[in-house]
Amino acid sequence: MYTHKELQRIANELRIDIIKAISRAKSGHPGGSLSAIDIIVYLFFNEIKRTKENALDPDRDRFVLSKGHGVPALYSVFARLGLITNEELMNLRVLGSRTQGHPSYTDLPFVESSTGSLGQGLSVAIGIALAGKLDKKDYRVYCMIGDGEMQEGQIWEALLSAPKFNLDNLCVILDYNKSQIDGYVKDVMNLEPIKEKLIAFNWNVLEIDGHNFAEIEKAINQSKTIKQKPSFIIAHTVKGKGVSFMEDKVDWHGKAPNEKETELALQELKKLLDING
Amino acid sequence: MGKSTRLAFGETIAQLGELYPQIVVLDADLSKSTMSNLFAKKFPDRFFEMGIQEANMIGISAGLALSGKVSYACSFACFIAGRYDTIRVSVAYNKANVRIIGTHAGIGIGEDGTTQMGLEDISLMRSLPNFSVCQPCDEIETRELIKYSVTHNGPMYIRLTRQNLDDIFDDNYKFEFGKGVQLSDGNDAVIFATGSLVSEALKASKILKQKGINLRVINIHTIKPIDKEIIIKSARECGLIFTAEDHNIIGGLGSAVAEVLSENYPAKIIRIGLPDVFGESGTPEALYKKYGFDAESLAVKIESSLKK
Repeated sequence: MYTHKELQRIANELRIDIIKAISRAKSGHPGGSLSAIDIIVYLFFNEIKRTKENALDPDRDRFVLSKGHGVPALYSVFARLGLITNEELMNLRVLGSRTQGHPSYTDLPFVESSTGSLGQGLSVAIGIALAGKLDKKDYRVYCMIGDGEMQEGQIWEALLSAPKFNLDNLCVILDYNKSQIDGYVKDVMNLEPIKEKLIAFNWNVLEIDGHNFAEIEKAINQSKTIKQKPSFIIAHTVKGKGVSFMEDKVDWHGKAPNEKETELALQELKKLLDING
Repeated sequence: MGKSTRLAFGETIAQLGELYPQIVVLDADLSKSTMSNLFAKKFPDRFFEMGIQEANMIGISAGLALSGKVSYACSFACFIAGRYDTIRVSVAYNKANVRIIGTHAGIGIGEDGTTQMGLEDISLMRSLPNFSVCQPCDEIETRELIKYSVTHNGPMYIRLTRQNLDDIFDDNYKFEFGKGVQLSDGNDAVIFATGSLVSEALKASKILKQKGINLRVINIHTIKPIDKEIIIKSARECGLIFTAEDHNIIGGLGSAVAEVLSENYPAKIIRIGLPDVFGESGTPEALYKKYGFDAESLAVKIESSLKK
């Protein structure tokens, strides 16, 4: 188990890797990668406890990134854990690399499912959770969805169905960074009230600050105690978290920083490492 | 008259459930029509009623398959093939062992009309990488195809009929994935047929025989990957080439045969199918007559084409 301080440091180091990888690729999605990284780090290091050895173990806990465009965050974790090389991380989106622009299961099985066409990963995660129940396995399935993604009809089909099957081995985390390509979620297609909707759909609903490791830990632990119901964590996050000029800026959804912006971003992130020790 | 291929599917999958614990079946509120209810009754723990949620059903099928199951996701061909992007990403791109079971294929469903007819599904599924596309022509072929499908590696689309079909094969039939089956000899013309039109083509060959025309009938149960060898060989040996399917003329069996021949043995092909139109209500028999799918119409078309 890592302390929250250690997790924070890992997440900030990986923010540097994310920016470097997207900058080298000259395309990608920094905003949603930086908003998601703290939660993904917590899950892989303290909850799923992914290692090279257990990466394809049939009993492993699973993490499905339904918002596939945030995959640089996932690759940065894979590289840190030794599932892929650092070179592969830096070859993001390069011809012939396993680090495809969006998760590709046949290239890299650790992603658990190909995603990127929004709305689909949650259904796949439900299928994995159902298989776990059928086979009487103890593994848990974590699935991160995006807020823009939550506008998809298939998400609402999935939200209706998981409680029907009493999937208490499923925990969905909403990376609620409040913006999407065309603007703020509240303007593009408002989701609120989210909590009330999900309670009405029979989910165990939690609401946290998605950048606070104590809150992430508490919510994940609480979700494991709930029986017969799937859990849904509304994680309030900041798009572009950690890089001041990207924070809460819609424009940084799907744009790579240029050389100068990269330098600025890396300077800021390195400062964060110094401050946090 | 034999059984519908959907009934043959339901009976077979219910039998196979005992042999193969990895089989799971999902349906979207049509289990009494797709006949997946026969499996549901025997194996309620491995049957998932999804309600009217085809896209979610397909995604969940993929998740089950990625966890070691072989998932049979069942609905009407039009509804399930309509959730194309979910099939594309969650099933095809993942190379998941999902069997998309599309019943109520073609205008042969009759009275329910266009919105319930699968008319473009072969075309859609055929263009997805990793996917195989199969359509059996009778009860026994369905049984053997479904048996084969359990251990096939990769996603499959299996297209089935609402209506009963004539029995063509007996218990000695050996299903060979990817291989066409020659059902009658002849060199005057060849017809490649699939699904419900196989028995119509066979009956047409009997009508034509009385007129001294020898029609070779080839049953194509695997539309992808298609049996290039039998297509090229028959095209070489027969005077005229026909294809027949209860499906839009664009993208189905006729297109698949045309693709093979244009690259290997360029020849004129006469495609029989829906001429890029939607269907309509009517009895199956009246519809088959109107669109030229019945044995009589096929025989007339072949005979008149030979005279030209």
